[in-house]
Amino acid sequence: MAYSPIVMDHFKNPRNVGEILDADGLGEVGNPVCGDMMSVYIKVVDNRLEDVKFKTFGCGAAIAVSSMITSMAKGKTLEEAMKISNADVAKALGGLPPNKLHCSNLGADALHSAIKNYQDRKAGKVMFFAAEADKEPHIKGAGAGKCYCPYCETKLDEEAHFCMSCGQELPHEHDH
Amino acid sequence: MALIYLDNLSATPLHPKVKEAMIQHLETVYGNPSSDNQVGQPAAAALEKARSQVASLLNAADPKEVVFTSGGTEANNHAIKGVAIGLREKGRHIITSNIEHKSVLNSLRTLRLLDYRVTSLDVDQYGLVDPAAVEKAITPETILISVMLANNEIGTIEPIADIAKVAQKHKVIFHTDAVAATGIIPVDVQKLGVNLLSLAANQFYGPAGVGALYIRKGTPIWPLLDGGLQENKRRAGTENLIGIVGLGAAAEAAAQEMPERLPRLKALKERLAQGIMARIQEIKVNGHPEHCLPHLFSASVTYIEGESLMMLLEDEGIIVNTRSACASGSLRASHVLIGTGLGHALAQGTLVFTLGQDITEADIDRVLKVMPGIVQTLRDMSPIYKKEHTG
Repeated sequence: MAYSPIVMDHFKNPRNVGEILDADGLGEVGNPVCGDMMSVYIKVVDNRLEDVKFKTFGCGAAIAVSSMITSMAKGKTLEEAMKISNADVAKALGGLPPNKLHCSNLGADALHSAIKNYQDRKAGKVMFFAAEADKEPHIKGAGAGKCYCPYCETKLDEEAHFCMSCGQELPHEHDH
Repeated sequence: MALIYLDNLSATPLHPKVKEAMIQHLETVYGNPSSDNQVGQPAAAALEKARSQVASLLNAADPKEVVFTSGGTEANNHAIKGVAIGLREKGRHIITSNIEHKSVLNSLRTLRLLDYRVTSLDVDQYGLVDPAAVEKAITPETILISVMLANNEIGTIEPIADIAKVAQKHKVIFHTDAVAATGIIPVDVQKLGVNLLSLAANQFYGPAGVGALYIRKGTPIWPLLDGGLQENKRRAGTENLIGIVGLGAAAEAAAQEMPERLPRLKALKERLAQGIMARIQEIKVNGHPEHCLPHLFSASVTYIEGESLMMLLEDEGIIVNTRSACASGSLRASHVLIGTGLGHALAQGTLVFTLGQDITEADIDRVLKVMPGIVQTLRDMSPIYKKEHTG
């Protein structure tokens, strides 16, 4: 595991940790069983993200991703924030180890889910926070549309029980 | 900042006597132990000296019962696959436990592909294997039982002598993976009554890349590596003599120093365990409260994830290990912790501290001073902690 200096900085000195008590939107993705879980709170003024805060249970990468994506989103319009992709976050962090790319998915998913929650509330679709069923699915190991073998970091195009490169048995999200 | 190294199960620093023996060997011996000439003879003598040193640590009846390997993984592979091939006519059933090392479990995975049947026994909440459950699992087809001596993640010491009695009664070969235990606690193959035992030098101040398999005389076992006549025809290939010399010196040092090392380690571990339990609320201590390795302490910290905890401790100069899925490379929760009944979420927050000879009370006190603050920082960042603590 080798994290970039930017990842280490955001991990050790995370920005925007906390909650917004009167948040306009909340996005919650992940699950502690899978190893990471993130809650993103947003405050919206004039279609702009006036404040963004997070709480995260997860590894160094997950915390750094939370810190970076909340920093990137702050001050942006909702449309701009919806365009922040997993790849953008990973790039801003100076890259992530391939088997940690799923952490960047978590960040974008949580942010987009918070914005969607805000829009749904505004449209009167939900009274308060997103219901369980509305939560974004979070697929572990699928970074930037690809899976990586956690042992040899070879790109895997489809789910297989063994890595064709190194022969290791591959973990799957839903096998526990 | 001086490092406080509490990950001795991953690797130990070389013992000064081991280093000295290896350097002296490097400077004086270069021959092949199999060469019957004046260059080869000192090499053969060094090899046999190391064999006697290891045999003495294990109380083996004959040094010939010690076969050098490339480490614990090879020893485990050799024991399991070697007996499976050796007894293939007798039967194809093997018994093991759910919390074995991957080198045992994956050797058995390979044997399943070759139509061997494996019974993997559940353990209790402390990680103990029940000898009665072993006996119940034995069938006329059973050729091998493999249960570890001490677990490398939770430290639990298994009732090996009792399981050996069951194995002897039913005339089944018994292997124990003693990699985490050998050189740390007394390991006596006569008292244990095992046929096969695996060990590795890097667990007790020897070099990495060398280990041994104890093979009791008369055990039907086929070689894992085929080739020449080395290691009494049990393990082909020119010996890693420099590593073997280091293993021998480490075994001798362990045998000599164990009476002093043990009480010291026990006292330091107690200080760490009691201190952590007193200072950090809502943690789960893993492993058996009494039957446990004297240098290993495993605890699961609720609401947070182990890799981030490990990294923040490292930032304070404290090196520990975690069993969190995120840090494992496999992104999968530890099979050992799950085997003891720990939930996946709690398993994520598991730290393993393994103490070494150079650790002092002041080192332990420093861990106790910084760890509660780090745990609180991460808990304050955790969405689960908030939910549990604000109702």
